[in-house]
Amino acid sequence: MKQLSRSFGGLRAVDDVSFNVEKNSITAVIGPNGAGKTTLFNLISGALAPDSGEAYIDGRPIHRLPPYRIARHGISRTFQNIKLFPHMTVLENVMIGRHIRSRSGFLSAMLRLPGSRAEEQQIQERSMEILALMGIEGIAGQEAGSLPFGKQRIVEFARALATEPSLLLLDEPAAGLNMYETAQVSELITKIRGRGVTVLVIEHDMSLVMNISDMIVVLSSGKKIAEGLPSDIQKNREVIRVYLGEDNA
Amino acid sequence: MNMKKYTPVFCLIGAAVIFQIITSVLNREFYLTQLTMSAYYCLVILGLTVLMGYAGQISLGHAAFFAMGGYTTAVLTTWNLAAAQEGTLARLVVQLGLSTASTNAYGVEIRHISPWVSLLVALAITVAVAFLIGIPILKLKGHYLAMATLGFGIIVYRIVLGSRIFGEADGISDLPPFRLFGPLYVSGDPALRVQNFYIAAFLVVLAVVLLQNLIDSRMGRALRSIHGSEEAANAMGVNTARYKLHVFVLSAVFACIAGVFLTHFNGGVGPSEADVMKSVTYVAIVAVGGMANLWGALAMGMALNYLSLRGYFGSYDEFVFGGILIVIMLFFPDGLLKKENMRSLTEAAIRMKNKIWKRKNELS
Ligand SMILES: Nc1ncnc2c1ncn2[C@@H]1O[C@H](COP(=O)(O)OP(=O)(O)O)[C@@H](O)[C@H]1O
Ligand SMILES: [Mg+2]
Repeated sequence: MKQLSRSFGGLRAVDDVSFNVEKNSITAVIGPNGAGKTTLFNLISGALAPDSGEAYIDGRPIHRLPPYRIARHGISRTFQNIKLFPHMTVLENVMIGRHIRSRSGFLSAMLRLPGSRAEEQQIQERSMEILALMGIEGIAGQEAGSLPFGKQRIVEFARALATEPSLLLLDEPAAGLNMYETAQVSELITKIRGRGVTVLVIEHDMSLVMNISDMIVVLSSGKKIAEGLPSDIQKNREVIRVYLGEDNA
Repeated sequence: MNMKKYTPVFCLIGAAVIFQIITSVLNREFYLTQLTMSAYYCLVILGLTVLMGYAGQISLGHAAFFAMGGYTTAVLTTWNLAAAQEGTLARLVVQLGLSTASTNAYGVEIRHISPWVSLLVALAITVAVAFLIGIPILKLKGHYLAMATLGFGIIVYRIVLGSRIFGEADGISDLPPFRLFGPLYVSGDPALRVQNFYIAAFLVVLAVVLLQNLIDSRMGRALRSIHGSEEAANAMGVNTARYKLHVFVLSAVFACIAGVFLTHFNGGVGPSEADVMKSVTYVAIVAVGGMANLWGALAMGMALNYLSLRGYFGSYDEFVFGGILIVIMLFFPDGLLKKENMRSLTEAAIRMKNKIWKRKNELS
């Protein structure tokens, strides 16, 4: 990430932010509400185009690409306000995650050519494996929109994971979850890092952040105000001021 | 092969055969005429169901694509090549073997462009137009997309109505039959009613099978994901703009094919086929059919078109379909024939039954 900026009208939501994410690490992005964390994710994933600045993954530029191309570069994400496909089943949601890992087109689908049938089988098996990994294979057939909030977060997590990302962006994966579910999410994040996925996570739950992250980036009013190891960030004056200032206001 | 998946298809074929036998035995084969016409309209409706119900993109302009098919073949196949033999273009068409001969209603042999050629030309025009207008307007969503497709439909209607070559308000008549191969003709000749019914039924079955396969595939899932959340679909690597365009073109192709075949079956085409009210009718039928329900759309398409063509709605035809659309949009914006609605309907029926039972018991 290099000097990424994005404004809305006069508001500089992300202002000249640069940082590096090490391969196979867990990096947390923290900061008060409105700091520009989600906007930063939107810039990386291509949902928003940056006004200026560059982004690279494995040395390849992605900052000019549309989101579906960025996804094919191995970047996947979840959304702060969950965006599942509500009328599709849990399994089908996760199967969409396999889209970029499969290729049959309109014609072979309509004619049900043997290749597309075999591929469909694979998509389904692989998706079931991911559901099993997340411990939600029991709800595979349920409509995603009808699930409780906590389950929806896990399904969204599973869908993102199904793309086999090299970089996974998680936007407040524990927001709205109870303690048990939060612990589960924390465990899942470390588990997938163990499988070679690099994780960039936005989270407000400080104990979760301090527990799992290797590095922390702190944003405030669109600017990066600190970056470092969890232990350093905990001691950082500026960070404490921003956070306490928030709390006292 | 998965037999269960094709059970409804076999039922459909069975139903077609039974209809035909009953009408023939009862000496009422003329009913098959309206059933054949309804079947062709169902091709439009099935394509539109995939576009609207599954991919979530409305079109109030599909009558225009139907008209493109119908008018292209009407203009081309009614061009009398024998009379225009002196023209270089006409001679070229004949020399290239693109023409065929048939006898018209007066028993005179005429030479004209082969309907197979006009079908291909119609498809080429439709695909080109659908791509050209689809690229800009599919960026729009909801009401704006509805308005833009409506505008497109109105433009095509005005062109058809105002052009000499399209016969203005009279349309084009006296089309030759479309010889498919061997003894199979798409034509309104009463002697060929039964085979024409089967030709139309075959096309419908083919369309249902192809589209059902599409829906049950990776591509179908991608289309439904666009309906669910375009942003999330994009983030999962689905090229939403491209798929929306492709399914729009695909549904336009279905409408075009229906236009070509029905125009040869009717022996002519008029501007009412391009009328915006036709597009509204198609959308209304997709909606009562359950939006994302191919079989519902097919059942409703056959039933409502048949009733309309037999004149059951009299002069209230537009009123009926406009009314259906309003009611559906007010009370069942996700479509009528849906599992959920069916369930609540059965539940309501059971409640009613229980209530009546209770009353009865109380009274006795
Ligand atoms: N699409 C948008 N249009 C206008 N303003 C936006 C948009 N997205 C975010 N913002 C503004 O940008 C700022 C940063 O928002 P956001 O990135 O969501 O913060 P965070 O995720 O850190 O809470 C906020 O002031 C927000 O109101
Ligand atoms: Mg946010």
